[in-house]
Amino acid sequence: MTALVLRALLSHWWRRPVQLVMVLGGLMLATALWSGVQALNAEARASYAASSAALGQGSLDLLSHPDGTPVTQADFIALRRAGYPVSPVIEGTLPGRDGPVRLLGLDPLTSPPRPELAGLADGQIDLATFLTAPGLLLAAPETAALLPPALPPIRTLATLPADVIVTDVTTAARLLDRTGFDHLVLDRPLPLGLPPIGTVTDLHLTREAPSGDIAALTNSFHLNLTAFGLLSFAVGLFIVQSAIGLAFEQRRGTVRSLRAMGVSLRRVMIAIVMELSLFAVLAGAAGLALGYLLARALMPGVSGTLRALYGAQIDAAIGFDPLWAATGLAMTLAGALLAAAAALWRVGRMPLLAAGSASWARQASIGLRWQTLAALALFALASVLAVVGDSLVAGFACIAALLIGAALMLPPLVSALLWLASRAVPPGIPQWVLADTRQQVPGLSLALMALLLALSANVGVSTMVGSFRTTFIGWLDQRLAADLYLTARTADEARDIRAHLQTVTDVTTVIPIWSVPAMLDGQPGSAYGIIDDPLYRDHWPLLAARPDVWDALHRGEGVLVNEQLFRRSGLSLDDPVQVVDGWEAPVLGVYSDYGNTRPQVMADAAALAARIDPPPILRFALRVAPGTQAEVKSNIQTLFSLPETNIVDQARVKEFSLSVFERTFLVTGALNVLTLAVAGFALFMSLLTLSDLRLPQVAPVWAQGMPVRLLARLDITRSVALALVTFVVSIPVGLALAWVLLAVVNVQAFGWRLPMSVFPADWARLAGWAVLATVLASLWPALRLSSSGPVLLLRVFAAHG
Amino acid sequence: MLDATDLTKSYPSASGPVPVLAGVSMRLSRGETVALTGESGSGKSTLLHLLAALDTPDSGSILLDGEEITGLGDRARARLRRDRFGIVFQALNLVPSLTVAQNIAFQSRLADRYEPDLCDTLTRRLGLSNLAHRLPEDLSGGQQQRVAIGRALAARPSVLFADEPTGNLDEDTADQVIDLMLDLAADTGTACLMVTHSPRLAARLGRQVHLSKGLLS
Repeated sequence: MTALVLRALLSHWWRRPVQLVMVLGGLMLATALWSGVQALNAEARASYAASSAALGQGSLDLLSHPDGTPVTQADFIALRRAGYPVSPVIEGTLPGRDGPVRLLGLDPLTSPPRPELAGLADGQIDLATFLTAPGLLLAAPETAALLPPALPPIRTLATLPADVIVTDVTTAARLLDRTGFDHLVLDRPLPLGLPPIGTVTDLHLTREAPSGDIAALTNSFHLNLTAFGLLSFAVGLFIVQSAIGLAFEQRRGTVRSLRAMGVSLRRVMIAIVMELSLFAVLAGAAGLALGYLLARALMPGVSGTLRALYGAQIDAAIGFDPLWAATGLAMTLAGALLAAAAALWRVGRMPLLAAGSASWARQASIGLRWQTLAALALFALASVLAVVGDSLVAGFACIAALLIGAALMLPPLVSALLWLASRAVPPGIPQWVLADTRQQVPGLSLALMALLLALSANVGVSTMVGSFRTTFIGWLDQRLAADLYLTARTADEARDIRAHLQTVTDVTTVIPIWSVPAMLDGQPGSAYGIIDDPLYRDHWPLLAARPDVWDALHRGEGVLVNEQLFRRSGLSLDDPVQVVDGWEAPVLGVYSDYGNTRPQVMADAAALAARIDPPPILRFALRVAPGTQAEVKSNIQTLFSLPETNIVDQARVKEFSLSVFERTFLVTGALNVLTLAVAGFALFMSLLTLSDLRLPQVAPVWAQGMPVRLLARLDITRSVALALVTFVVSIPVGLALAWVLLAVVNVQAFGWRLPMSVFPADWARLAGWAVLATVLASLWPALRLSSSGPVLLLRVFAAHG
Repeated sequence: MLDATDLTKSYPSASGPVPVLAGVSMRLSRGETVALTGESGSGKSTLLHLLAALDTPDSGSILLDGEEITGLGDRARARLRRDRFGIVFQALNLVPSLTVAQNIAFQSRLADRYEPDLCDTLTRRLGLSNLAHRLPEDLSGGQQQRVAIGRALAARPSVLFADEPTGNLDEDTADQVIDLMLDLAADTGTACLMVTHSPRLAARLGRQVHLSKGLLS
């Protein structure tokens, strides 16, 4: 009997193929966008895990100084002599063509056996070449292709993971300009009878890598992607809910007849759930395939973003994971049931006799009051979270409450506006148009809500990115005030270059740049020693400072801290901060440091050098006479055979930084466009479905003498007007979203807060897209109406005759 | 006033065109009331739709005050319906989004011939004064038909077409509605063509024509 009931229910869809396409299409798009984003996240995380496991990170015990100071050769020798199987490691990054690439320095003679480096053990790679100058870099073929030419010889090794270059620890120290090691790895099992490790060294034993925890660093990026995936999924479900709601309304008669014929309510409900499950499986499978293709298309962008932002190299290929597919299908099924929940509830409560049941549109209008209350409650929740929220999850919960609240508020708002307008317009056609539009609002509300979500996300994200870009460009102009940035390869070369620069009259200022690793408020970071120069005094981007900040700094009375350290540690001006062992200095000022996620301090060079063993100075910023930049650069390059990457001009650094910036938001932009496209599709499907339902409202007006073409034109105008109202509402919602992103999410994810700018030109462009999408979405239904013959319209009045 | 000659009309179907009217001719004079009767499927509604410029015949001619209307385009036919005709259907007559008062005034406003006094009079005579601000969905079937009649007459049409206007009503309510319709039509000098199944109602109109197998008798 259930099969028979199911067949009766399914027959509805054969007669209304557009609705079927809407349900299946909505589910498919929702699944595709969600599963596509999940595939990207899963692939990236799998890459981090594979990379971590392949290099032994997380599985080996590590010995290091908790304050981040380097492990010395003496520590290493003492432990080896005591019988501990330790091996030194240096980690860092090298500039690659597409961004930084991770460099891992190992000692092949003492390192625990690593299957990825079997080529070294079995003699395939000459150990002597690896160990002796100029050294040898080992990299996977795809990584080798990204490296610049001015490096030691490169040998490809297919067994290596894609995100790392391996070399001898001495070569790594030279390339990274390091003295000492980052940590020692301890191979287990340990020989018996060793002295307690604490008696041999003061190094601390941990199982975590002290730096380079890519998975943790990229969490915020993946959270951002997941949030967008969920938003797209929600927009897709709006389409499904809209279609299913209308279909259920149209099948009231069928359901009532079935029940009148003796089918129990339970059986009807079972048949409906079976029908939904069938749709979910069919659309889910298609959605997974589409999601896979989407992920494949976006993966190069994601890979580039992660490499540029975090130095994480992930495979650009997407693998098929059965668990991913199963999760995606489960999500589709859950989404379909969620979207149909309200309709199922109505069927469950529907009286067997038709009398007295309010129409679907009427029920929806009754719901407007509840929607308004729910929206106000969500706005209150969003406000509380924005003020007191102090985590990424709170930030995203705030965004969710804001967006859902705004979406729920839209239909009551539009309805109220139409009511107000109908009192102001003259009777006749304008009054009918407004009254008719008001009646249509319940049917269109889900599509309009989806459009609002997409437009608000666009306004919010573009405002955030635009504000970031404006601030970032201004910041780059301030911070990159020198004309040339030079890096010597060795301390001797640095000394020779510096001596030469003093003889070049076109070089007006030479500013040394040096730093040491430092443990700042329990996090690994760096401390820079700076000299007193107008380059800093006039240009450094300070967010807050004591009035005499620069004088106090160079008297050694305190330090400057970057915004990340300032916010994460909850510091205030004049609060003490531990810079290096034995030196706690007050905060004199805070500077913005976009692009860096680590804590950083700047101290007077002499004051810092007096408290540590300063490293050799290899980097310099040069200011040159106007118009001589290219000549100075060329001369130094020729004289010292410096590679192109070791002397770069300000414009190139800016260009590189901006390209990294643009790439960072590539995927976000793509998802933005996709969400808007899905919302446009939702609008199209709703208008198409409504065009069938609207005939009883249109036919009497037509019969009284209003031409169908005029009716069709009015329909397009009405849709555009509704889209424009939605767009206007999306501006404050989008700006609120941008504020949460800039003031809450960014601070939690990256540690910096940006001033918000507005970009009305972007809004105008977005309004144009919204109008275009609406005109396109309403064109077909309008064309159908304008080409409706009298037969179709007269069917509405069907009297027997 | 309205002169139809040799009207034919057929509808497409899977098994080929189905003829409905096979050369119908009829005349409707100013102020005349005519009942159009016939069995189900005889083509009564089709003939009314053609005369009311809601549809076009396959062949034949319809003259309104000597002017041919069959060749008119959609826009011109719409103007004709708006300015010269009033139409009452069996069901779904009203604009669901407008109130009773707005529905009654609607066509006269479309025709730019709105007379507040006439609308008020019609509303009162139709017994709808207390319901003027209700939406159609709040009215009974008989009340809705009264609104439709009021709306059709408020624009002072030359011809009132009524297609089974009382088909969904009980006998008493049907009588009241027809009485009102004919009284009001007489008061405004409007000709009336009414499609009906009911010989009892048909007998109350000035003339009866019967349609059978696509032809009038």
